[in-house]
Amino acid sequence: MELVVATSIGGLTAAGIYLILRLRAFPVILGVTLLSYATNVFVFASGRLAVGLPPVLTDDATAYTDPLPQALVLTAIVISFGMTAVLVLIALGAFLENGNDRVNVEDERAGEGDA
Amino acid sequence: MVSASGLLPVMVLLPFIGALVPGLMIRAGRNACATFTAIPTLLALILLGVMAPDVMNGGTVTARIDWLPGLGLNANFMLDGLGLLFAGMILGVGLLIILYARFYLSGDDPMGQFYTYLLLFQGAMLGISVSDNILLLLVFWELTSLSSFLLIGYWKHLPEGRQGARMALTVTGAGGLAMIAGMLILGNIAGSYDLSVILQHGDEIRASEYYLPALILILLGAFTKSAQFPFHFWLPHAMAAPTPVSAYLHSATMVKAGVFLMARMWPVLAGTEAWFYIVSTVGLITMVLGALIALFKDDLKALLAFSTVSHLGLLTMLLGFGTPMAATVAVFHIINHLTFKATLFMCAGIVDHETHTRDIKRLGGLASLMPITALIAVVAALSMAGIPPLNGFMSKEMMLEEVAHTHWWGGTWPIIIVATVGAMLSVAYCFRFIGHTFFGPVRDDYPHHPHDPPAGMLAAPAFLAVMVVAIGLFPSLIAGPIVDVASAAVTGDTAEHVHLKLWHGVTPALIMSIVATLGGAFLLWLHRPLDRVWLSTPRPEAKAIFERLVAVVERASLRFTEITHNGAISRYLAIFTVATIVLGFAAYSGGGMAPPTRGLLPVPPLVAVGFVLLMVATAAIVTMHRNRFRALMLTSVIGLMVSAGFVYLSAPDLALTQITVDTVTVLLMLVALHFLPKDTPSESPTILKVRDGAIAVAAGAAVALLAYSFLLRDVSTISDYHLANSYKGGGGTNVVNVILVDFRGYDTYGEIIVLGIAGLTLYALMEALLNGPASRTLRNWTFPPDRSQDRHPVMMVVATRVMMPIAVLVGVYIFLRGHNLPGGGFVAGLVMSIALLMQYMASGFGWTQERKRFEYHSMIGWGVVVAGLTGAGAWLAGAPFLTSAFGYFTIPPFEEFELATAMLFDLGVFLTVLGAVMLMLYSLSRLARYAGETVNLEPMDYDPSRRFEAAAEVNDKKDGH
Repeated sequence: MELVVATSIGGLTAAGIYLILRLRAFPVILGVTLLSYATNVFVFASGRLAVGLPPVLTDDATAYTDPLPQALVLTAIVISFGMTAVLVLIALGAFLENGNDRVNVEDERAGEGDA
Repeated sequence: MVSASGLLPVMVLLPFIGALVPGLMIRAGRNACATFTAIPTLLALILLGVMAPDVMNGGTVTARIDWLPGLGLNANFMLDGLGLLFAGMILGVGLLIILYARFYLSGDDPMGQFYTYLLLFQGAMLGISVSDNILLLLVFWELTSLSSFLLIGYWKHLPEGRQGARMALTVTGAGGLAMIAGMLILGNIAGSYDLSVILQHGDEIRASEYYLPALILILLGAFTKSAQFPFHFWLPHAMAAPTPVSAYLHSATMVKAGVFLMARMWPVLAGTEAWFYIVSTVGLITMVLGALIALFKDDLKALLAFSTVSHLGLLTMLLGFGTPMAATVAVFHIINHLTFKATLFMCAGIVDHETHTRDIKRLGGLASLMPITALIAVVAALSMAGIPPLNGFMSKEMMLEEVAHTHWWGGTWPIIIVATVGAMLSVAYCFRFIGHTFFGPVRDDYPHHPHDPPAGMLAAPAFLAVMVVAIGLFPSLIAGPIVDVASAAVTGDTAEHVHLKLWHGVTPALIMSIVATLGGAFLLWLHRPLDRVWLSTPRPEAKAIFERLVAVVERASLRFTEITHNGAISRYLAIFTVATIVLGFAAYSGGGMAPPTRGLLPVPPLVAVGFVLLMVATAAIVTMHRNRFRALMLTSVIGLMVSAGFVYLSAPDLALTQITVDTVTVLLMLVALHFLPKDTPSESPTILKVRDGAIAVAAGAAVALLAYSFLLRDVSTISDYHLANSYKGGGGTNVVNVILVDFRGYDTYGEIIVLGIAGLTLYALMEALLNGPASRTLRNWTFPPDRSQDRHPVMMVVATRVMMPIAVLVGVYIFLRGHNLPGGGFVAGLVMSIALLMQYMASGFGWTQERKRFEYHSMIGWGVVVAGLTGAGAWLAGAPFLTSAFGYFTIPPFEEFELATAMLFDLGVFLTVLGAVMLMLYSLSRLARYAGETVNLEPMDYDPSRRFEAAAEVNDKKDGH
């Protein structure tokens, strides 16, 4: 199971980084989304993996899963939504005002002729 | 004898508090404004007067306030003799300047600003003079640099003012930075940042191997502030300031701060060979050089500026000698210099004000036209020249006496000659100031016909001129006591009592003084030919050098910025990623790893299937991300698999949050994608793709390895505390929720504020977008012809209507159970927003908007307010912010239930999340309406009851053809 989680984190990170290195805003936003998944799972996993352990206090439980990373990740998920929304709007604004959604300023200078 | 007094910090704070008032009072007129500036100054002076008797009896007044004790930074204040002297000068002269400025500044000048800056500066100076903590002192030190910048550049419309202010800030600010380093070294040697402790460790500090670096760094700060050679050049350029500022900054305060610091640190730093040679030599050079340049300056204020440089050099030299007697003389001269120099600056200001020029070559003969001004100026200038029986004579005599006993570079003769030359030049420029301005023939070509100014303007310089004479006639009566306590504070009680008197008999100093006076008169007689020689000799122009230096630095930093910050965000990200990988690898190869302590958990087949789905979806996004719509759908597959993983790994709260957030994220991206290109063009060359791929794979592998290695090892965590106290202290069994609303409630509070800000930002950005250049693009938007003609299918409308109450019920249920079972405000807010979004999508924007009862903006606000008030409610119970309280209640026929304040906090979270999410999507949807998408007020585009009419219409059309 540990191997599965670690590989998933790695795969999501690699895909996320590849996408944020692209030259257009939309893939970059997708890349950020994937990186958020990877980071959230990473932080969650830092509490170590537990299968079938209760996250809620009961009288007959002997062990619990680690609640702290879960609390941290929970807010991180919500905040990353807010961040994605702002990013999307910035990309949208840039596209509507310039006619393209390139992320690099130098490309924009070079591409002024054909825009 | 040390006594504690709370008045001391109050005194320092008074000017800062007072600084708020004049800016607001200016509408009430200039007199009200000046009065409200004088009041805090006067109050501070009275407080000083209350504390003064203790200090004059040899005691010290202290006040200690712990600020950041962990850093050694405490707001500790100490008022001893030296502090009393400086505080008195700052406040006393401050009062005179406030009076003078009221009459000097014209009605066009923004006087409220002026007095605000003046009070800020006054507070900062006062803070320096009574700080007992060197870190606190540094804070005030930098504040003087900043506030003097504002004062010097007060006449913003004059380029000289702006340049002078910038130069002063650059030079004194750079010196201040050096001094910070020096002070930190000093504090480390002494083991404390408290001045009173440092002053006890003099021997230890002088013996330390870090003494020399600390000394040089601190002296850099003092020399730049006190305009010592080679940093003297900023002071004359600061003369672009209004004259009251010059009189204040350059007689009593700013430039004396450096001297004050050297005096303050004297018991610790002085007495070594390095101190003697550096400080006394720099002082001597500055004294002679300043006097020489002053002699050839035609601008009255420039002459006084260089004379100030020269006198500061004299003070520095005296402190550099390192003997208690010399330090005492320095203290006495500080008082004398203040009295005559402030007077002269104010007189120069009056001359400028009356004749509209400060050029000595255009002046002369003013004595008969403005006799009172002339009398005041002559008294002060003669004192500066060192003519008996004025106070300047005494301190100059005592200075020359000290010089005569000092061995410097191999004997007493070199310094005697150089100092006498300096004194001679000083006499010459003083005589020139008087002779060429006030005496000589009356001219008829003044730019403005002069006469004596109103009494209010003369009052301040007249008072100081009286002091000049009084101290000269009765030195031990007026100046004696304060010189005694101040010099005792400087030298650490090693100074013997000095009897201040005019006549010491025929001493070497008297002979030097006579030589200087006669020589000075002779130099003035030769001034015309000497001036021609001076003007024809090439001299380095400090301002040009400074500006060239600044230009070089500016160009270099511009180049550096252009190279590193070229706008290619992809490149920054690539560099950042590679650097992080390299750093991580360095850390990994640097330390060893403990053996694994955990075994692997088994992977059931269902999990394996989910894993494969996740990896396939990830790979598919990378390969076909150009089709944006498809890539977006694939991310939701990933989100679903991650949520499933959370369920399996005992994190139901996370699964709930993830799946609801993913829903709204996909909706949001879909709206955005509507207005973005549907495809990403293929434009990266293969080499770039390979490079990015390599970086991505390396980063992914590194993160995977890191995760894998920590997953196999146990960790000691603080979570046991949370588990143990969740029910006992927080009243809830869902530990995750209790952490959010109780243990780490502060974080959550901050987070909902951030989320609320994000929502409002989105709204504001959209507003700006729709009013910007994008609006034209949107107005001309053409929708694709193949879009659906049935935007609100009847089945969906009906289904969402039925689901709405159920969804709301689920939201409420999730909210209520959140404290004890998975759920809570975050998830409930998201569920509720999805319920609302469904209505928007199915029944249309207009229909839903019409039935909306709450503004989303205010919902965010209320959420934050409710959460904040709940937290603040804990104060009423005497507990810290956000401490939760809970109890169990029974109302028949219900079962026993729990009420907790945490639930109220969670309600705030719920409201903010709901408001923010809805506001974000609402804002984005405005785009569509702006682009011409119609809004239906009916729930459906297609009304089944009108089916027959529509069909008939179609038939009619067919018939028509």
